[in-house]
Amino acid sequence: MDAVHSCFKDKLGQAVLPGDVFSFAVSAVEDSAVRAEKVICGPGLRRNGDEILVCKSGILRHKAPNLYWIDSQQKRYVPVKGESVIGIVTAKSGDIFKVDVGSSEQASLSYLAFEGATKRNRPNVQVGDLVYSQFIIANKDMEPELVCIDSCGRANGMGVFGADGLLFKVSLGLVRRLLVPQSEIVKDLEKIFPFEMVVGMNGRVWVKAKTVQQTLIVANLLDSCENMTAQQRQTLFKRVAEGSL
Amino acid sequence: MRETPLSNCERLFLLKAIEEKKRLDGRQAYDYRNIKITFGTDYGCCTVCLGKTRVLAQVSCELVPPKDSRPTEGIMFFNLELSSMASPGFQPSRKQSSELLVTLNRQLERCLRNSKCIDTESLCVVSGEKVWQIRVDVHVLNHDGNLMDAASIAAISALCHFRRPDVAIQGRDITVFSPEERDPVPLSIYHMPICVSFAFFQQGTYLLVDPCEKEELVMDGLLVIAMNKHREICSVQSSGGIMLLKDQVIRCSKIASVKVSEITELINKALENDRQVRKEGGKFGFAESIPKERITALKREQAPVEMKDIEETADEIVREAEAPSEAVHSPVIVATGTGQVGEGLQNTWGLEEEDAEEEFQGGMDGKEKKKGTVCVCVCVCVGCAGFTHETIVQLV
Repeated sequence: MDAVHSCFKDKLGQAVLPGDVFSFAVSAVEDSAVRAEKVICGPGLRRNGDEILVCKSGILRHKAPNLYWIDSQQKRYVPVKGESVIGIVTAKSGDIFKVDVGSSEQASLSYLAFEGATKRNRPNVQVGDLVYSQFIIANKDMEPELVCIDSCGRANGMGVFGADGLLFKVSLGLVRRLLVPQSEIVKDLEKIFPFEMVVGMNGRVWVKAKTVQQTLIVANLLDSCENMTAQQRQTLFKRVAEGSL
Repeated sequence: MRETPLSNCERLFLLKAIEEKKRLDGRQAYDYRNIKITFGTDYGCCTVCLGKTRVLAQVSCELVPPKDSRPTEGIMFFNLELSSMASPGFQPSRKQSSELLVTLNRQLERCLRNSKCIDTESLCVVSGEKVWQIRVDVHVLNHDGNLMDAASIAAISALCHFRRPDVAIQGRDITVFSPEERDPVPLSIYHMPICVSFAFFQQGTYLLVDPCEKEELVMDGLLVIAMNKHREICSVQSSGGIMLLKDQVIRCSKIASVKVSEITELINKALENDRQVRKEGGKFGFAESIPKERITALKREQAPVEMKDIEETADEIVREAEAPSEAVHSPVIVATGTGQVGEGLQNTWGLEEEDAEEEFQGGMDGKEKKKGTVCVCVCVCVGCAGFTHETIVQLV
C-alpha cells in the first residue's frame, strides 16, 4: 500500500460517490516509487481524459501496484466476461438454451458448450435446471453468451447441478466476500455443520445440507451476514452451533 | 425486464420444506411476517411493511358533484398500482401483471367499498350538488408476496388516519376551512375490514398464512378472506382453481378472525402512537420510522490492540524479567600489547584471513612484517567488502 498514486491516496478505504473525480495533474506523481502513470480502473471507475470518474458508490480499494476499484454493495448483476454465474434455464430453442442470470437480458448457452457434448450426444438439460457457467461474451450491446467448459474443453466444475438444495439471492458485495480466498464467513460457517455450496458472481447462492432444516439454517445465516460485523457474526454462529436457535 | 423464473430445485425444496412444516424464513404455518405500520407527516399517508413487502397508501379528498343515482352519498375511489420498481416483472404491457393488477384492485374495492365500512352519507356537503370524493391510492413499493394483505392494511390505516377539511354551509355558500382555521375532521369509519390470505399446496393438503413471493409461485390455490374484528366476513375470494372442502374454509375463517383481531389491535396502537406524538409535538413521519441499516461489515477490521495501562505492563515485565547477564567489560587481550576497537568479543576473522590481510596491509602501509607471527596492525579499510570494520593491526 506504499506506492499509491497521490490523487487516490487520501480517499483510499473511504466511501466515494458517483460523480467524484480523481484528476492526474502534470506533477501528480510525487511518489518516486510510482514510476509509471499507468492505472488500471476496476469496477466503478471510468477514465475520462486526464480524469478518473467514479460511477458507483462504495469504498475505494487498491491493489499493488496500480489496480483501483470500488467495492460496492449493489444487487443488480451486470455480466462481465469471464465471471462464473449460476443461471436458470428458461427455454430450449433449437441448438441454444436461454438462461436467466439475473441481468437485464437473458444469456444464451449453446448445447455444444458442455463437456463431451457433440451434435449427436446432447446434454441432458431441462427447463428450470440450474447451470454453473462462465461468460464468454459479455458486451453491453450484445446478448451475453455462456459456456460450461473451459478453454481445454473440460467441465472444470461447471455444468448442470442442483437436483435438490436451495437457491437464494444475496447482494453482490456479500458474494464477493464469500468468494474471497480463505473467506472468513465460509470458515465460520463450515464449523457449524457440513454443507455444499455453489456461489455465483451474480448473487445467487445454492446450498445443500443434510436436512431441510440445516439447509434453511445455512441460507438464513448467509442472508443475515449482509449487515453484520465479524464479531456479531461469530456470536450468532456460536449460538447456532450450540443449538439455541 | 422479465421476472426471475423459479428453478426446479427451489420448487422441490419449498414443497419438501412445507411437507416438513418448515418455511423459508423460519415461521410457523399460521404466522404472519413482521408488520410495521408507519404514518407520514401528512394526514392520510401510511406505509405498511409486511416482511420485505412494502406498500404505501395515500388518501386525498375533493369536492365533486355526486352521482345521479345517489345524490346524498360521498364517493369512494380506490386505485392500486404496481410499479416496476416493486418487482422487475411488473410491467403494464405484460399480461400476467395486468391480470394481477385487476385482481388486486377488485379485491381491494370489494374489501373496503362493498363492505360499507366508511359512512359515505357523512361525506355529503350539499345534497345533489357537492359531496366529498375520497380517493385512496395504493402504491406497491416492494413485492415480496402477499400484496393483498399489505394493501388492505395500508388502505384502511390511511383511511383511519385521514382528516378532511372542515366545511361550513351558509345559504348556498360553501366555505372550506384550511387546517389552520379549523381542525380537520376524521372520516367516520364503522369497522375495519382486513384481508387475510391463505395459500394452499399439494391440492389443499397444506395451508400457509401470509405466503411470501416464492411460496406464491409454488402454491396451487389462494383464498383471501376479508374480515373485521367483529368476526364479520366482508368478502371471500378463492383463486387458482382449487377445490376446497367446507371445513377447510371454516378453519380458514377461524384463523382469519384471530389474525384480524391482532392486526386491528396493531393498527389502533400505531394510530394512537401517531396521535400521541403529534400532540406532544415530537418528531413523526417516515424519516423517523426508517431504521438506519448501516453497512459496517465492509469496513476493514482494526486489529484489536489493548492500549490501557500499557506502560505499567511494560514496566512490570522489565521488573519481573531476569537481569541480563553482564556484558564483558574488560577487553579480551589477544596478546600483550594488543589494541582493540570498541567492546566486543575477540575477532577471529582477522586471524583466518591472516595472509590476505597481511598482504593488503603490507601494500597499504609498507611496513615490514614477519611471517608466522600474529599480525595486528592499524589500518582503515574503506570500500572493501571484507574489511568494513576498523581493524587494529600492529606489528609485533
